[in-house]
Amino acid sequence: MPSVSLTVNGTSHTVEVEGRTLLVELLREKLRLTGTHVGCDTSQCGACVVHVNGESVKSCTILAVQADGGSVTTIEGLAGPDGALHPMQEAFREYHALQCGFCTPGMVMSAIDLVKKHPDGMSEHEIREGLEGNLCRCTGYHNIVRAIAAAQEVMHGRAAALAPAEA
Amino acid sequence: MYDFAYHKPATLAEAVGLLADPEARPISGGQTILPALKHRLDRPAALVDLSGIAELRGIRKDRDRLVIGAMSRHFEIQTSPVVQAAIPALARMAGMLGDTQVRNRGTMGGSLANNDPAADYPAAALGLGATLVTSGGRRIGADDFFQGMFATALEPGELLVSIEFPVPEKAGYAKMRNPASRYVMTGVFVSRGPMGVRVAVNGAGPGVFRQPDMEAALEANWSADAVAAIRQDPDGLNGDIHGSAEYRAHLVTVMAKRAVLDAG
Ligand SMILES: Cc1cc2nc3c(=O)[nH]c(=O)nc-3n(C[C@H](O)[C@H](O)[C@H](O)COP(=O)(O)OP(=O)(O)OC[C@H]3O[C@@H](n4cnc5c(N)ncnc54)[C@H](O)[C@@H]3O)c2cc1C
Ligand code: FES
Ligand code: FES
Repeated sequence: MPSVSLTVNGTSHTVEVEGRTLLVELLREKLRLTGTHVGCDTSQCGACVVHVNGESVKSCTILAVQADGGSVTTIEGLAGPDGALHPMQEAFREYHALQCGFCTPGMVMSAIDLVKKHPDGMSEHEIREGLEGNLCRCTGYHNIVRAIAAAQEVMHGRAAALAPAEA
Repeated sequence: MYDFAYHKPATLAEAVGLLADPEARPISGGQTILPALKHRLDRPAALVDLSGIAELRGIRKDRDRLVIGAMSRHFEIQTSPVVQAAIPALARMAGMLGDTQVRNRGTMGGSLANNDPAADYPAAALGLGATLVTSGGRRIGADDFFQGMFATALEPGELLVSIEFPVPEKAGYAKMRNPASRYVMTGVFVSRGPMGVRVAVNGAGPGVFRQPDMEAALEANWSADAVAAIRQDPDGLNGDIHGSAEYRAHLVTVMAKRAVLDAG
């Protein structure tokens, strides 16, 4: 069996896998990091999005062996060691950007990559376009878009703290 | 997915050697082959990962040609200043394809080798008169490369190494997306330049094809009005639950007009 060595949320692991083992299977079943969800397993829904070497990927559509030697960040790796939430997580909470929460880990991971890819900031329209690969069956996306718009201000250093959501 | 052996060669020669096994398949970004393997549409004994091969990488301008390595990811093409300067319509196409996560992994070589009738790049390659360079040392013109649904001129085990696009004076692209899958229902790529005037249609037929009537009209008068009255024959086009052949034929004219406007 092939073995893969990778860093997940800052910790290095060497794990035996099959050739066909998906990265999401390695994360959920071998490392018990069950924050990454599988919604469709057909590359459509984005519930499984994680970062590999800093970029968002659908972890159901990459083999574990393809991530060998790489660095993976999952939703569990975002908060600081003191438990302080990442600004994107904080914004999802503040703006009520989730209902059942199933899509949320993938949404947050995608949103962080989107913000990083748009250093000049995104319009509401660009945020909606950027979420093309993430499906949410509950929220209607509206509050997700608001949360990302607020979080990008903090992530780009244009606001010191998250703007509070108005009731 | 059935299990398979996995190889990650460091050189093109090594990859070609591994692919001499008829049961082995190349994998680039995996955004098409992995979903296919999950559906058990194929049962390869081995996957040969092309991502470690330097010869397949890189985007550069070589005199009057834009040369794109087969392993270039959609995101790299979308954001490359070299592509944006030489053929902005191609950079825009890469940015309008799939979603962020697909663009972070999927590659131009994988898309062209796959030749899905609803894929985007085949329209650019045919519509610009690109040359496809292979591991066998062959240089295949786009007119000969695409051979209908999921079929190309590649021999078994032969790899796409790079794609050379003659830099056009003008080029534009417009597509109608399937609202659910977001793949191309019908798209049209137009260009004018060293390869003459070319109009390529994707999504509408079993494979990408050229539209000679529109090419002649644009040759005489490069304007959206010139193609507005030209009707595409629906005979042989795709008809399915998403749209009839007649609907797709109608879209060819609409998309051609928009593509000319996109080209400016
Ligand atoms: C949700 C989703 C949405 C998508 N939307 C679109 C879209 O709107 N438009 C679009 O055009 N595409 C779309 N795609 C497909 C995407 O663009 C793929 O990235 C692309 O079709 C294949 O590239 P790949 O690198 O992932 O290839 P892979 O999946 O790795 O390979 C595809 C095929 O090509 C072969 N192959 C790979 N590289 C080479 C090579 N260098 N030489 C010879 N053979 C090779 C493989 O063996 C395989 O048969 C979408 C995919 C997904 C999952
Ligand atoms: S589980 Fe990966 S995209 Fe849906
Ligand atoms: S909150 Fe339920 S799927 Fe998005």
